[in-house]
Order: sequence, then C-alpha cells, then structure tokens
Amino acid sequence: MVEWTEAERRAIESVWEKIDVNVIGPQALESVLIVYPWTQRYFGVFGNLSSVSAITGNPKVAAHGKTVLKALGSGVKNLDDIKSTYAKLSELHSEKLNVDPDNFRLLADCITIVISTKLAAAFSPDVQAAWQKFLDVVVSALSREYH
Amino acid sequence: MSLSTKDKTLVKAFWDKASKKADDIGSEALSRMLITYPATKTYFAHWDDLKPGSAPIRKHGKVIMKGLVTAVSKIDDLESGLSKVAEIHATKLKVDPANFKILSHCILVVLSKMFWEDFTPETHVAMDKFLSRVSQAMSEKYR
Repeated sequence: MVEWTEAERRAIESVWEKIDVNVIGPQALESVLIVYPWTQRYFGVFGNLSSVSAITGNPKVAAHGKTVLKALGSGVKNLDDIKSTYAKLSELHSEKLNVDPDNFRLLADCITIVISTKLAAAFSPDVQAAWQKFLDVVVSALSREYH
Repeated sequence: MSLSTKDKTLVKAFWDKASKKADDIGSEALSRMLITYPATKTYFAHWDDLKPGSAPIRKHGKVIMKGLVTAVSKIDDLESGLSKVAEIHATKLKVDPANFKILSHCILVVLSKMFWEDFTPETHVAMDKFLSRVSQAMSEKYR
C-alpha cells in the first residue's frame, strides 16, 4: 500500500492541472520512439516511423500519445488504489501486446522530461520527486499482471 | 551504442549554450537526484546539509560539471578522457554504477527545463546517448 503525504498529493495534482494531455501525450510518445528507437517495435501498424520528422508528423503516434496520457489521469484520480486502476491495462500489455515492462520506465522518463520543458520553474525538485514516485507506482501496477 | 558525427555536433552545440549555466545545472541536478532517489543520499552521509542548493551540493555540483566539460572536450575518446575519475568512483568511492544513469536522468530534466527552447527531440536523443556513453566510461574500472 503506497503512502502519500499531503504535499505529494498536492504536487501530483498540481502537475496534472498544469499539463495539456493533448500536447504532452504526443510529445512524450514521440520522444520515447526517437530517444529509444527499439520501442518502435510495438508500433508497426503506425506506418512511417523512419525519421524524427516522420515520427513527429505521424497522426497515429499523436493519437496514441493522447490515449496514453489520458489513462495516466485515472491514476491521478485514484492515488490510493493505483494497483486495481491499472489491472486490466497491465493484463492487456502483458498478454495481448507483449510489451517488455522495461519500456514503461523509459516512457515514464520521457513523460517527466517533456513535462519539465513545459512547466520549467514550476517543476521544482519536490514536485519532480512526487511526480516520479507517482510514475513509479503506475509502472509497478502496469508490470504486475505479467507472468 | 556509439555517438554519430551528428550526435557529437548536436552535443557540442547544445553544450556551448548550456555550459554558461554550469554551476546552476550541477547544483540543481544533484539536488533533484538526492530528493527523487533517496537511496543516493547514502553516498553523501558525511555532508552536514543535503537540502536542495546547500553549500556542499553547490560545491560538488561544480565538480560534476567540470567532469562533464572534460567529457565534451574528449567526446571522441571518453574512456581515456574520463579514466582518472572513473578509477576514483570505482576503487575509492565505490559508487554503484547504476547511479550514473540516475544522475544522467536528473541532468536531462534540468537541461530540458532550463533550455526548453533548444531541447528538440534530436537534441534530447543526442544528449541521452552522450550521457549514456559518459556513464559507460565511468563504469570502466569496476572489475
């Protein structure tokens, strides 16, 4: 059971309030595909991912980025039960999509860096710590149903 | 994994700009690492103040950034350029090399925050690769 301090809850919610999932989502997914190109293996159906401009201009990448970030919102709203919030998604990623769970960590790092470019000074060390703790818990929940 | 000519050009161009704020970058990256990854505090138990921006953090932040300046200048041969500092971390300080990745991430967060206009996807991948190579060179002397 994860324990959250009041300050951590406020920090996580403040980040969520400040970001636009329709901007951050696409940029984070684009980043993971560009910075860690082996992640492209999971997106064969998205079409052209052969260059940076192909990735940043790909509408399927953008759409999926929004889907992923919106799903993060469920975790923000259910901080006290992130495990069951993501149980179904965990099963999906393990059984159907066969995604190596190490990729969740890579995406989490990219989400953090994209948010950092947008929030700048508002992304203080304390806020970063709370935000990354939240992402760690989400990653852990997503990795849970793997066997 | 190795750095392409394009990677090296991007790193040097970005570093030219970023190095003007070297002291702030070092201090902030180290502060963020100690707060976000509390296990890293074990290496600094001898400091009297681990709060963000404290005097020991600012001082050591400068040392780290000097190391990165050296790394950029020796980008074509990081293993020999960082040989001495790699030796110290392995044999004297005995820092678990997994921590280099952690500090690299915090450096990237600070760089992306301070230089968000220049932190394009191309720059992001070049800097991530560069810091990975630096971490690799820093891990050379462990066994």
